[in-house]
Amino acid sequence: MTEFGSYPDRETMEESWAETGRFNDQLQADGHFVFANGLANASTATVVDGQGEIPLFTDGPYLEAKEYIAGFWIIEAEDLDQALSIAAGASKACRGKVEVRPFASL
Amino acid sequence: MTDAREAVTRAYREEWGRVVAALARRFGDLGVAEDAAAEAFASAVEKWPDGVPPNPGGWLTTTATRKAIDRLRREAGRDDKQRQAVMEHDDSPASDLGVVEDDRLRLVFTCCHPALAMEARVALTLRMLGGLTVAEIAHAFLVPETTMAQRITRAKAKIKAARIPYRVPSADDLPARMTGVLAVLFLVFNEGYLSSGPDAAPVRSELTGEAIRLTRLLRALLPGDGEVTGLLALMLLTESRRSARLSVDGELVTLAEQDRGGWDVALIAEGHALVRERLAAGVAPGRFQILAAINAVHTSARDVRDTDWSQVLALYDQLARIDPSPIVALNRAIALAELDGPDVALAVLDRLGDRLAGYHPFHATRADLLRRIGRSEEARAAYDAAIDVASNPVEIAHLQRRRDQLGR
Repeated sequence: MTEFGSYPDRETMEESWAETGRFNDQLQADGHFVFANGLANASTATVVDGQGEIPLFTDGPYLEAKEYIAGFWIIEAEDLDQALSIAAGASKACRGKVEVRPFASL
Repeated sequence: MTDAREAVTRAYREEWGRVVAALARRFGDLGVAEDAAAEAFASAVEKWPDGVPPNPGGWLTTTATRKAIDRLRREAGRDDKQRQAVMEHDDSPASDLGVVEDDRLRLVFTCCHPALAMEARVALTLRMLGGLTVAEIAHAFLVPETTMAQRITRAKAKIKAARIPYRVPSADDLPARMTGVLAVLFLVFNEGYLSSGPDAAPVRSELTGEAIRLTRLLRALLPGDGEVTGLLALMLLTESRRSARLSVDGELVTLAEQDRGGWDVALIAEGHALVRERLAAGVAPGRFQILAAINAVHTSARDVRDTDWSQVLALYDQLARIDPSPIVALNRAIALAELDGPDVALAVLDRLGDRLAGYHPFHATRADLLRRIGRSEEARAAYDAAIDVASNPVEIAHLQRRRDQLGR
């Protein structure tokens, strides 16, 4: 990881941010936007396990994953096809992979 | 009595997919649709001996709908308003044919959605559209029945939870999504035509037959799609040679050695007509149409020596332009060997070796070319390499015979 996160250099990082900002504006205009934000670097994570008697706090991400989650969008979509097509735009704008998951409906 | 049994069997082949599709549209749930359809067929077995209804498909759909409503009412404790509404008022048209957007077409695209793993798409398509039982599908793909049942259940759950829509994709998405649908059908066909497992029957006509039946259905639904027609033609022309492909001792017989009198002339005629239809359309052909055309050239030759190899080569050139894969290059080299000699083809093969080392037809082709120019020792080594990576027993038997014929 460079000082520019997953981006190779400052220029790419700034371009991607700008593009993601434009993408978010469009999402809002189209009425799909609910909430979006970036996450701080994975190295700032702390894993909490409260299943035992005393909660355990461990430094670092739970998994040493190569691909970490850098941010997320919460959107409203008609169905999976619409969500996938929005995600394709999101992926292009932020220059990363996007995993699509529905909220569990109870 | 036997009339009733026959009627149920025929209805199962012809109407299962339509009944499931109609219910899936109405209730938006593949599990409900499948269970209710199964119950309706069980009722038919019971009731039809008293008289087969004049419109079996309609009877089955109505019965299945009633079963589904009964069941949902029983389970309606956690009242699901949407379902209730669908049950009470369904204003959608009856499932007659003639509509462009057939329910079954939507079901095809749902079962073959790219968000599902390929194996799940194949299993769901065979179950929901083809009406194969879970046990039959498990047997066809050589996995335990519980594994296959889980695979199908998981796929149905994902369709529901991830909200995979039950619809035909928009015109923009259609070509991309069709590719996936055709890939599923071709996979089913190939698994039947040359099964991959060492323990399977070498040729399973139930799978080739099912793939052809589903592709015919797709063509009836989308008659203007060139690749659907191309795939159907390709399957028919390939299937036409099925019985000539195995010797009495259960060994694979290659195209050149087949008794062409054993080919199915009706399937060939139908396949040729479809290829001509695509030629007449004057639209640039896709992969399946080109493959069908190549098979049309082969099946036009009454004797292997009459094969129009320059035509075959030209078609492979065309295919290589849209699909520059090493496998296409390998098949092109086989035609090249017939036109320009084994040496020229071998030179082409040598450049493909890195990428096709695990693909037994590569070694088998190389072995054959080496044999033809008298390089027996190298040919033997190539046959050994092919036998090492082949998995189908009839192919292995064929390769062993070829190797042992080399002499010394």
